[in-house]
Amino acid sequence: MKTKLMNSAAAIGLLFAGAVVATTASTSSAQAADLTLCWAAWDPANALVEMSKEFEAQSGHNMSFEFVPWPNFADRMLNELNSGGKLCDLLIGDSQWIGGAAENGQYVKLNEFFDSEGIKMEDFLPATVTGYAEWPKNTPNYYALPAYADVVGWTYRKDWFSRPDIQAEFKEKYGRDLDVPATLEELKEIGEFFQGREIDGKKVYGAAIYTERGSEGITMGVTNALYNYGFQYENPDKPYELDGFVNSQGAVEGLEYYKAMYDCCTPPGASDAYMSQNIDAYKSGQVAMQMNFAFIWPGVEADPNVGGGKSGYFANPAGPAGQFAQLGGQGISVVANSDNKDAALEYIKWFAQPDVQQKWWDVGGASAMRAVVEAPGFASSQPYAQTFLDSMAIVKDFWAEPSYASLLLPMQERIHNYVVAGGGTAKEALDGLVKEWDEVFEDEGKK
Amino acid sequence: MSNSVIDRAARATPNAMATKVRGLSDRAIAWIFVAPTIFILLAINIFPLIWTIYLSFTNFRVNRPNNAVEWVGLRNYERILGDADIWITMQATAHFLIWTIICQVLIGFTLAYLINKKFRGNDLWTTIIVFPMMLSPAVVGNFWTFLYQPQIGLFNYVIGFLTGADPSSFSMIGEVSLAPWAIVIVDTWMWTPFVMLICLAGLRSIPDSIYEAAECDRASKWRQFWTITIPMILPFLMLAVLFRGIENFKMFDLVVQLTGGGPGNTTTLTSIDLKREAFEKWRTGYSSAYAVILFVTVFGLASIYVKALNKVKQR
Amino acid sequence: MSFSVTEPSVRQKWIAGSLVIFYALITMLPLLWIVATGFKSSTDSIAYPPKILFQPTVEGYVNVFTTQTRLSAELAEQPHDDLPWYEQLARNKGNTIVGASRYSERFLNSVIIGFGSTFFAIVLGTAAAYAFSRFKVPLKDDLLFFILSTRMMPPIAVAIPIFLMFRNLGLNDTHAGMILLYTAINLSLAVWLINGFIDEIPIEYEEAALIDGYTRFQAFYKVVLPQAATGIASTAIFCLIFAWNEYALAVLLTSGTAQTAPPFIPTIIGVGGQDWPAVAAGATIFLVPVMVFTILLRKHLLRGITFGAVRK
Repeated sequence: MKTKLMNSAAAIGLLFAGAVVATTASTSSAQAADLTLCWAAWDPANALVEMSKEFEAQSGHNMSFEFVPWPNFADRMLNELNSGGKLCDLLIGDSQWIGGAAENGQYVKLNEFFDSEGIKMEDFLPATVTGYAEWPKNTPNYYALPAYADVVGWTYRKDWFSRPDIQAEFKEKYGRDLDVPATLEELKEIGEFFQGREIDGKKVYGAAIYTERGSEGITMGVTNALYNYGFQYENPDKPYELDGFVNSQGAVEGLEYYKAMYDCCTPPGASDAYMSQNIDAYKSGQVAMQMNFAFIWPGVEADPNVGGGKSGYFANPAGPAGQFAQLGGQGISVVANSDNKDAALEYIKWFAQPDVQQKWWDVGGASAMRAVVEAPGFASSQPYAQTFLDSMAIVKDFWAEPSYASLLLPMQERIHNYVVAGGGTAKEALDGLVKEWDEVFEDEGKK
Repeated sequence: MSNSVIDRAARATPNAMATKVRGLSDRAIAWIFVAPTIFILLAINIFPLIWTIYLSFTNFRVNRPNNAVEWVGLRNYERILGDADIWITMQATAHFLIWTIICQVLIGFTLAYLINKKFRGNDLWTTIIVFPMMLSPAVVGNFWTFLYQPQIGLFNYVIGFLTGADPSSFSMIGEVSLAPWAIVIVDTWMWTPFVMLICLAGLRSIPDSIYEAAECDRASKWRQFWTITIPMILPFLMLAVLFRGIENFKMFDLVVQLTGGGPGNTTTLTSIDLKREAFEKWRTGYSSAYAVILFVTVFGLASIYVKALNKVKQR
Repeated sequence: MSFSVTEPSVRQKWIAGSLVIFYALITMLPLLWIVATGFKSSTDSIAYPPKILFQPTVEGYVNVFTTQTRLSAELAEQPHDDLPWYEQLARNKGNTIVGASRYSERFLNSVIIGFGSTFFAIVLGTAAAYAFSRFKVPLKDDLLFFILSTRMMPPIAVAIPIFLMFRNLGLNDTHAGMILLYTAINLSLAVWLINGFIDEIPIEYEEAALIDGYTRFQAFYKVVLPQAATGIASTAIFCLIFAWNEYALAVLLTSGTAQTAPPFIPTIIGVGGQDWPAVAAGATIFLVPVMVFTILLRKHLLRGITFGAVRK
C-alpha cells in the first residue's frame, strides 16, 4: 500500500507549495486597491476609521486598518519594516523612526509627489515638519506628511482647584493662590498638596506621570523635566558630543526632580504607567493632575466624570533652564515595500486637503496644518485649543537617528532603574547613559 | 537461479523478522518514514543553528541592510561576557529558577502525597488542579497584571483581607523588592501541578509490599517516609526538577506579560534581555553570540544533571 | 473486613481531601475571575473593593468583537431605539461601532495554524516513530536525543535565524511559515510520545499479519495504527495545545496576517483606556477549549508533559 506514502509526500509538498504561493501571490495592483493603514491603537485611530469612509467612497479603494497599542507599537511596526513585510501600505509611524526608515529605504521619499500635487510643507506647523517629515533634520527631504500633531501637556481638575476651602488652605500653606503652575517646582508643590488628601470622601493623589518601562513611556515623561533643567542631547556646536550635556549639572537636577515627583506625588502602583494608565487614574478621580499627550484632551472633555468644564489644561511648566515639552505625534508615510504605492499616495493627497484636515480636528484628530490651527476661531474652538498651540510652540524631540531604538532602550532602563527602582544616583544613571550612547554612536561610526 | 535471488534478497533484509520480498524493503521503508522528519528538523533546527553560530562572529544587523557585514571574531563574546548587566539578568534568572523549583517541589509533593491518600473524588480534583498548567502563559500572565493591581486587583485585596494591610499600600509588580516574587508566585501557581503529577506517578509506583514489610519491622511512619518514600520518589522528583529547570531557563512569555522585565532590571530574565538585543536593538550578530552562550549553558547544565539523574536511578 | 497497613484511615482521607480541595479552589480563583470579569461592565471591573456580585452584561463580548469610537455630537443626538442591540449597548457608553475587530481573525489564525501544524507533526511523527520503534535505524539513540534537544532551546534564540530565513523566503507573517515552524517544534514531541505508544504494542501482532501475507505498509496501516490510535490522538491534542498557547515565536514572526490569538489578546484595548472585560471575554473564549481538551486528556496527561519519560 503506497497511499500512506503518497499522502505524506503530498503533505510535505503542500507545506512548501504553500510557502511559494504565499510569496508570489501578492503582486497585483489593479484599479481598486486594498489599502492597509497601520497606526497605534488609540482614540484618534478609531476616529480616522470613521473619516476614511469618505476616502473609500471617493476613490473606490478599500481601506483596512491595523492598530497596535502603544506599548507594542514600535516593536511590531519596526519588526514589520525590518522583516520586509507587506502588511502596511500606509504607516503612521512614530516621529523617531524616520531616520532609520529613510536611510534604509523603508519609506518612500515624497518630495516629487509633494511637488507634483502642490502639497507644500510651509502649510504645516514648522515643528511638525521637522519632527515628523524630515530626514536628515532641517533639510528639505521629506518622508512623511505631518498627520497627527501631539505634545506632552498637563490636565488638571479645575473643579477641585476652584473650591474655596481648598484654595484657602493652599494659600495658607504656600502663600500664593492655587492656580495653574508657572514652574515645575510649583507643579510639585501642588502635587504634594493634593497627595493623600480626602476629597468627597475619597483619597486622592497629586499627579499621574509617565513611568512605563517596556517601550518608551518613562523617557517621554522624564524629558519634560530634563529639558527644562538644562539637559541637552549633544553639544550644539559639536554633534554627538554627549559628555557634559546629557549628564550636565542641570540634567542631574532634572532627573532628581522627576524622581522626587514620582516619590511624592503619584498614586500607589504607578510604577509602569503610560498613556492609558494615566487616563484611567485621572478619569476615576484618583489624581488632581495628569501628564499626558494632548491626544487625550477631546476624550477628557467628553468624559461624564471629569469632562464638561471640570478639567483644565496647561502646557509643561518652565524650569530653571527654559520651557520645553516633549514632542509626540506622527507623520503618515508610504511603505516602500507596498504593492499599492499609487493608491497609498492618493490617500495622502486626500488627507492633505484643508477641508479634510479641518474635519480631522473636528472629530478629535490633531491637525498640523496651519490653515486649521491658525484660523481665527481655532484657539477658542475647544477649551484645550490654546494650550495645544502653546505646547506645540515649545516642543523638543528625542533622537530620530537610525539607531533610535538602541538609544531609547538604555535610557528606559537607566531612568526607570533610578526613578522607580531607586537604584544608584541621578548622576550615575546619566553617566551610564552617556557611556552607552557613546558606544552606540561608535558602533555607527558617527564618533 | 531464482531460488538464490530470493535467498540473497532475504539475507539483505536487515530485520530479523521474516519479511516477504514484496513491496519495499524494510530498510527503504525505514528511510522513507524517517527522512521527512529528519529533513524538517535539519531545515528548521540545525541549519538555523549553524547560521546563528556563523552570525555570532559578525557585526551583522538586520536593520542596517546597507552596511557591510564584517567578521569580528570573538568580539561579540568578549563584550557579552564582559558586560556587568548580563550578570544582573543571570542573577534574576537564577533567583526565578531556584525559587520556583523550591516552591513547586514542596507544594507539588505535598499535594501528591495528600492525593495519594485516595480520598473520594481525588481524580476530579486532580484534574481541576491541573488546569492552570495547560493554559496559554501569555494570556494568563496578562490577566495576572490585573489581579496584581494595587487599587482594584483581587490579589492585593485578598492579601489585604487576610493580613489587614492596606491593599493599595503595596504593588506586586511595581516594587523592586516584590516583583521577583510576583513572577515566582504566578509560575508556581501555573506549574505546581506539573510537579504534582510526576510525584503522584512516583508515589503510585511504590509497591505496598515494601510498606507492609516495614510495618512488620515496626518502623515508625516517620521513618518509613524518610527511608522508603523519599528515596523511591527521588528519581521522579529529579526528573520534575529537570523539566522545570529547562522550561524556566527559557522563560519568556509569562514574565514579559507580567512585568516586562521591570521595575528597572529587576525581572529581566535572559530571554527578555536577548529579545531586546535581537528584536528591539536589532544587534543580530551580538545577540546570536548571546544565543549561543545560552545554548551552551542549557546543554551543559542539563547533561551534567542527566548524568546525576542516571546515577540516582541506578541505585 | 480486611485491614491493610497501607490503606489510609478515614480521618486521614478526610484531612487530605479537604486540604486538596482547599488548594484546588484557590488555584481556580484566578480562572474564575477571568470568566467573571468577562461579564462585568467596565465600571464594575475596576471597582474597589473588587465586586463578587454584579449585574452581568455582555458588553465585554461585544467590545472584543468590535472596533468602536467615541460618538460625535451629531450622532449622539439621533434616536437610537431602532438600532441593533449591540449598537445600542455601545451607544449607552457614548461610543459607536465602526467595524469588526481583529479578534475573530486572530482566533481563526490560531485554529488554522494549530490544526495545520498538528496534522503535519502527527503524520510525519507517526511514520518516524514507527520506523524508530520497529527498524534498526543507524544512530537511533543519537537521533532521538537530537530530536528532543530542539525543544530545549530558548524560543527567542531560535527566532533570530528563523526570522532571517523566513525573511529571505518571504515566510514572515504567513500561515505556511507558522505551520512549518510549529510542525518542526511539535515533531519532537510527536516522535517521542508515539514511539513510546508503538513500543507498547506487542510485535507479535505484526509478525502474525506479515505471515498472513500483509505487506509492511498494510501491517502498519491495519494493525499498528488502530492499536496506537488513542495514543496518537492524545499526542495530537498535546501538539495542538502547544501551538495554541505559543507566544514568543508568534509575537516575533507574525504581524497582521498570520498573528495568532496569544500575542493579540494582551493588546486588546478599548476606547480611552484598557478594557478589562473585553480582554477577559477574549481570554475566556480562548482558554475554554483547552480546559475541555485537558479533561479529555486526563489519562495521558503525565506522559505528554514529560515527553513519555513517565508513563503511569
